[in-house]
Amino acid sequence: MNAIEVTNLTKRYAGMLAVDDISFCLPRGGVIGLLGGNGAGKTTTISMLLGLLVPTAGRITILGHDMARDRFAALARMNFSSPYIALPSRLSVIENLRVYGHLYDVPNLAQRIDELATQFNLKTLLPRLAGELSAGQKTRVALAKSFINRPDILLLDEPTASLDPDTGDFVRTMLERERTEQKTAILLASHNMAEVERLCDHVLMMKAGKIVDRGTPGELISRYGREDLEQVFLDIARNPEIAA
Amino acid sequence: MKASLRRVWGMVYRHVALYRRSWPRLVEIAYWPTLELLIWGFTASFFAHAHAGPAVLGGGALIAGVLLWEVTLRGQLGVTFTFLEEIWSRNLGHVFVSPLRPGEMIGALLTVSILRTLIGLFPATIIAYFLYSFNIFGMGAVLLLFFILLLVMGWWIALLIVSLLFRYGAGAEALAWTIAFGVTPVACVFYPVTALPVWLQPVALATPAAHIFEGMRTALLSHTIAWNQLGAAAALNVVWMALAIVVFAGQFRAARIRGALISIGE
Repeated sequence: MNAIEVTNLTKRYAGMLAVDDISFCLPRGGVIGLLGGNGAGKTTTISMLLGLLVPTAGRITILGHDMARDRFAALARMNFSSPYIALPSRLSVIENLRVYGHLYDVPNLAQRIDELATQFNLKTLLPRLAGELSAGQKTRVALAKSFINRPDILLLDEPTASLDPDTGDFVRTMLERERTEQKTAILLASHNMAEVERLCDHVLMMKAGKIVDRGTPGELISRYGREDLEQVFLDIARNPEIAA
Repeated sequence: MKASLRRVWGMVYRHVALYRRSWPRLVEIAYWPTLELLIWGFTASFFAHAHAGPAVLGGGALIAGVLLWEVTLRGQLGVTFTFLEEIWSRNLGHVFVSPLRPGEMIGALLTVSILRTLIGLFPATIIAYFLYSFNIFGMGAVLLLFFILLLVMGWWIALLIVSLLFRYGAGAEALAWTIAFGVTPVACVFYPVTALPVWLQPVALATPAAHIFEGMRTALLSHTIAWNQLGAAAALNVVWMALAIVVFAGQFRAARIRGALISIGE
């Protein structure tokens, strides 16, 4: 059984086709990169995977649960992180982790928070208000929150956006370790092509709501005759004959 | 069931943690009920000193009306502001992708609303006792019924407002302040339903509050319990609450179709 199975997924709203008949699978323990320019349909796709948005057509199955009928069973085994969605700023880091520990019904919560604090280097930050942290510290807290329920699937929307290289590398190392040790399947939307090359087994290139190409980073680079994924991204983004 | 209660507690804990370190929020909760009580309490005292007899009883009804109507207002504000806190802190995205069910979210909102209402009314109740010698608990056990019925009325108004927030986003947040206050004229807090124009009386009679305050005046003035009025209020609450839940569920579903849950704070 795949972690995520998406079949003929379509979303039309506000008179616009935001996602146009896409299909893909994310195997357990795999990492898929969702790439595309602004408005390509990445966030809409992730929102449908998280149950925030109801698809117009198509089917999403997560860990065997049909998201249209049984989304809460799937949500308990997933988690999500995005720098664009905040944690309550007037709560301390430990209070935020407790809130989400309760929401995900995490057993031995105090011990789990202690583990995460060690893992994400948060020990000294636990009593501090979330709103007083730097961008890098907030990202580490948000990632700790996203790992609190030991998710089988993690959806990440630009997890290293606006981070300095050191913190960005820390985050990528953490994700690699979780993937290896916990077999967490990861779906990663990112504009950082080096990050995608480093983390992802498979890449979906989106444009105008469609998946216009797919493959391993190496396959895509070789198919377009380029040196890295960034050049492939630019080729696809700037070629009007692709998609549309 | 245990997991469900824990998720509700998670959301309640989030707000308890917030209020625990935010004295301005705590002051705000108690500020308006206390101010309202002081204004109406001194008004009632003035009439009681100027005209003995019925005016004294009328003064008691005024103070009781202020305190009890605040139950509805605080109950409504407790739900809507707890929900708005999530919008303001840009946290709804995390909440809605957690396993928290909509019913559990409502359970958490109502629990926080009870806590906010009790905190908000405590100083006013104490002031009423020491400053105006009015003991709201003198009404006896029926007070608990009034409290519950008025709180439930605040809740269904709040659920309708939250539904409007789903529909129109944070731009509708001004309604959180105004809608319940707008109901006050037909709630008949300080006067009987018959004081209203004939054409407005059916509107008043469709609100549980008008029946509850008729019952309150009966309890204060003749020391009897108007069960017919309380029964009518309870029945109306059931109807309005059922309607509010249907509207809430419909708007939540519609928001998931439109993508409004993602952009609700904008």
